[in-house]
Amino acid sequence: MTAESRQPPAPAPAETAIIVENLHKSFGSLEVLRGVSLTARKGDVVAIIGGSGSGKSTMLRCINFLETPTSGRIVVNDEEIAIRPDGRPANRRQIERIRTRLGMVFQAFNLWTHRTLLENVIEVPVHVLKTPRTQAIARALALLDRVGLADKADTFPAFLSGGQQQRAAIARALAVDPTVMLFDEPTSALDPELVGEVLSVIRDLAAEGRTMLIVTHEMKFAREVADHVVYLHQGRIEEEGPPERVFGAPQSARLRQFLQTVG
Amino acid sequence: MTGWRALLLPHRLLLMALFAGFVIWCALSLRWDWLPDYLPLAVEGLWRTIWILAVTCILGFLLAIPLGLAQAVGPWYLAAPARAFCTIIRGTPLLLQIWLLYYGFGSLFPQFPWIRASELWPYLRQAWPYAVLALTLSYAGYEGEVMRGAFSSVNKGQLEAARAFGMPRRMIFRRVWLPQAIRNVLPTLGGETILQLKATPLVATITVIEIYAVSSRVRADTFIVYEPLLLLALVYMIIAGIIALIFGRIESRVPNRRQG
Repeated sequence: MTAESRQPPAPAPAETAIIVENLHKSFGSLEVLRGVSLTARKGDVVAIIGGSGSGKSTMLRCINFLETPTSGRIVVNDEEIAIRPDGRPANRRQIERIRTRLGMVFQAFNLWTHRTLLENVIEVPVHVLKTPRTQAIARALALLDRVGLADKADTFPAFLSGGQQQRAAIARALAVDPTVMLFDEPTSALDPELVGEVLSVIRDLAAEGRTMLIVTHEMKFAREVADHVVYLHQGRIEEEGPPERVFGAPQSARLRQFLQTVG
Repeated sequence: MTGWRALLLPHRLLLMALFAGFVIWCALSLRWDWLPDYLPLAVEGLWRTIWILAVTCILGFLLAIPLGLAQAVGPWYLAAPARAFCTIIRGTPLLLQIWLLYYGFGSLFPQFPWIRASELWPYLRQAWPYAVLALTLSYAGYEGEVMRGAFSSVNKGQLEAARAFGMPRRMIFRRVWLPQAIRNVLPTLGGETILQLKATPLVATITVIEIYAVSSRVRADTFIVYEPLLLLALVYMIIAGIIALIFGRIESRVPNRRQG
């Protein structure tokens, strides 16, 4: 039901893809997010930057409920995620369905190590989305080809470099034809010489008009691909705006200092 | 290729020659005339050993999965009994367990007329159900402990990825958690299965005629001691070798896990 319609979403009608409203998250007494709000329209590339412990990964993980928000409202594709008063998702089915629309890419890749790359990529389409197997395989091979791993389809993740694994993980996320892609520090676990190959794949996706939320430490990259940059500091949005302004003329002293330290 | 060439190293050739000499000596100068008479019984016993091993390992492992899961992530009211079960099984001799089941239940059941009248009675009055039960529980107890570790050892990121893509919980268990847990402990399971094989002779003590019992029978009938025992050792070694081979095959099909 998903495989055919994959032309990039038209940029003209700026519908919202994700709305995060007044998101709070505490781990015990530690308040990691203190009221974060964020809107991503379809086709937007939003880069989320900030120092370690600023809550940027937590925010991303709250969107697909890998972390349960303490409070707040999350709307994906005009569908609000129903939550109980304690912040837990009220409807497991709903959250599972929405998760299949959010292609997540992890810092540690998290490819399933007991499956080959091809099996990794078709796993969710075949078993969760019930795409016919042959169709899923054809599409998976095309995706692997796209990230430059066509010849590794039958290889297990353990035999690949970090960069290759991360590119395969991107193919896996693309295989569900996600409405929004969530990147959680996709290059932080990579050796410096492998960062480029992964960034170039993400850059292509941005050029194609995919909606993406990217938590990253790569400032140059963020400046180049993002439509909107969000700077988080101690669980709050300290500053946000178009990349030229955030990087070129930062208003807040903290952001200026942050940009100086990360270079 | 190189594997075969490695067999031709001088010290290996010497060992092989010694072993071949031993086998030839055994064949020529020991008594094997009893063999044709007892062959049918031996085949029957061998078959019994193999199916008892297979059935108890499979059933025991199926029990070990919930036992391990309960201990790894279960609520206390499931974890505590599971831990108690594994501790008791691992803390008492298997022979004792077999005897307690056989002589305990075996002498308890006939006192109840409704059990004797039940359709299960033809089985309950035989020895093998108690043997199978005892060996199953034993395997479950040991493997329950192994699976506890196996379930906890699966990388959290693997499960998180499955969750992030909207897999329902059962599917995560079936397609990611369980296969990876088993993969992580395959070498241990292979070893434990061989231990289970070597535990099967204990059921001879409750009149289940498996291969060890056959060799005892030969000794009792003919007063020939060493020949049946030597043959018995060979049989166990071959089965153990086959088990090791099977597990090795499965292991090599999915190369090892760790990422990055």
